[in-house]
Amino acid sequence: MRFQFKTSYEQDIRLFEDRRQAARYALLLALAVALPFLIDDYFLGEATNVLIWAIAGLGLMLLTGQAGQVSLGHSAFMALGCYACVLMMNAGVSFVLAFPLAGIVTGLAGALIAIPAMKLHGVYLAIATLALAILADDIIVLTAPWTGGVAGLYAPPIDILGVTVDRWSTPDLYWWMVLAVAVLVTLAYVNILRSATGRAFAAVRDSEISAQAMGVNVARTKTIAFGLSCAITGLGGALMGLFAGAFNNETFTFLISIQLVMMIVVGGLGFIQGAFLGAVVIAFLPQALSLATDALGRGVAIPGLEAGVFGALLIAFVLFEPTGLWGRWLKIKTWLELFPFARRDMFRRQRSYLKTERLR
Amino acid sequence: MDVLQLLVSGLANGCVYGLVALGFVLIYKATEAVNFAQGDFMMLGAFVTLAFVNPEYFGLNFWLALPLVFLVMGLFGYLVDRTVLRFVFGQSQTAIIILTIALGFVLRFAVGAIWGHEPQNLQSPLRLGDLRAGGVVLGLADVAVILVTAILTLVLWQFFQRTKLGLAMQAASQNQMAAYYMGIPVRRVQGFVWALAGIVAAVAGILYASKGAIDPNAGFIGIKAFAAAVIGGFGSLPGALAGGLIVGLIEPFAARYLPPGWSQVAPYALLIAVLLFRPHGLFAQVRAKKV
Repeated sequence: MRFQFKTSYEQDIRLFEDRRQAARYALLLALAVALPFLIDDYFLGEATNVLIWAIAGLGLMLLTGQAGQVSLGHSAFMALGCYACVLMMNAGVSFVLAFPLAGIVTGLAGALIAIPAMKLHGVYLAIATLALAILADDIIVLTAPWTGGVAGLYAPPIDILGVTVDRWSTPDLYWWMVLAVAVLVTLAYVNILRSATGRAFAAVRDSEISAQAMGVNVARTKTIAFGLSCAITGLGGALMGLFAGAFNNETFTFLISIQLVMMIVVGGLGFIQGAFLGAVVIAFLPQALSLATDALGRGVAIPGLEAGVFGALLIAFVLFEPTGLWGRWLKIKTWLELFPFARRDMFRRQRSYLKTERLR
Repeated sequence: MDVLQLLVSGLANGCVYGLVALGFVLIYKATEAVNFAQGDFMMLGAFVTLAFVNPEYFGLNFWLALPLVFLVMGLFGYLVDRTVLRFVFGQSQTAIIILTIALGFVLRFAVGAIWGHEPQNLQSPLRLGDLRAGGVVLGLADVAVILVTAILTLVLWQFFQRTKLGLAMQAASQNQMAAYYMGIPVRRVQGFVWALAGIVAAVAGILYASKGAIDPNAGFIGIKAFAAAVIGGFGSLPGALAGGLIVGLIEPFAARYLPPGWSQVAPYALLIAVLLFRPHGLFAQVRAKKV
């Protein structure tokens, strides 16, 4: 066990605790960059899928994990990001420009929607955003002249400064592109967290009333959180649509946003690492399940098994490990570091009391 | 005479939405938890009834099976509270929302695994055929659904006004601490509220199944019931029913008089409008905190 003796504010907000942690993440990044040389194209495609989910999940994590607001409507913003990006590319804007613009458009739309929605809280916000997710499907059909409606759109080829990035012919380029986006988004995320805005997020999450008392503008903070979160999720949605190759009104159903919520809960609410771990679970669970049913013989596909297992997993995590996989790993790590002095009640959860929402 | 037809079928749908919304509101008032799985409770209630009544399963007489269904669903609601929800009591709304959504997924899977994913028909005595009179075709099942809902509403109202348990539920939902001081076993009462929500869901399920086929995805009408509950104001029982009727009526009329595609949008557009202009519903219950 090593202690961090912090002597200055700069030290407190540093990106990495110490050199060893920085070295670990550098190693991880090196491994990620070298991945195309280590695994075959099929698994590289799966890994790309995981990263795309993780980017979308980071968006929701910023809102739910850091600012404490639930959204069941992020699939709508994924759709918006995707359609914005592809429509701009179809209009002749190059991908390098269209992709960040799609993020900005989605973020602005999110902030605009957030202004009235942020009068709501908790349950009402969840329901309003759920309605938004369901409406997105119908709106895409109603605006068929632009969006293609039920017939959908085909993703145009991605062209970055003269180099064509294609999922099938150049999977390694695709992976590096998605990796670059993921790294940039993660860096932005960490830097938001250590800014005043990031601390305001945490204050609003923990108690709106005390945040207000500390001089945090709650409505503004929530709007910023919603906007930033939607921007990141929009980028994830754009990548997902381009990766899928074709998409229509049913690609981004509200079930996608519920999957996003599941992802960040299983991974660990409030941890960046949680979004990535959750994405791994979301992407590989269906395959693990099909392997398991194959191993049991008969090769029967059980319809709905995936959703059922997701549900059961989620219930188990909310009940027994609310901090998710990353929280569990932190506990294991502490136990190993303290061995043999770890005590059982070290991570005991505080007793919680019902805070009524009827009076506020 | 379209209007009468649309009115009756809309009201009948609205009754089902209203009953599911009633389930949300019952639980929300008593425990401040929102049961996102209430639509799936309804679906489960319909399938449990189907299992008791239909000849290919147990084939019991419908009226004999009814108390059994209520018993099973009441017990189910109680057990959900005891085994799952009680452990997150007092935690953030987020945890409860996620938990109940997950519960819905598990229920849908379980029902699909037991009874299959094919749409099935319940042998319900409410399937009465159509009444044709002067160019109007009225589904008698729709009329029956409206009547049953009216009767159930009366029974529930009397239950909350007259019985000791009903009064205890009201007290516990208005002020838990005060109810506790008055000697009401708040936790047990909350368990009973979940049981009651299960029974109401069973009635809603039977009514829904009497109007058409059911499959494990029927629980998704819970989303419309949400719209209903919010439109009515989340803390008000008559509001929930009224909201259900509004949503039920909007759908057929929007489908009839608006261009195609807009009818699905209408209930949610109304929901968002209500949230924007009267955030706590048409029958609001939230008051500002006095310090």
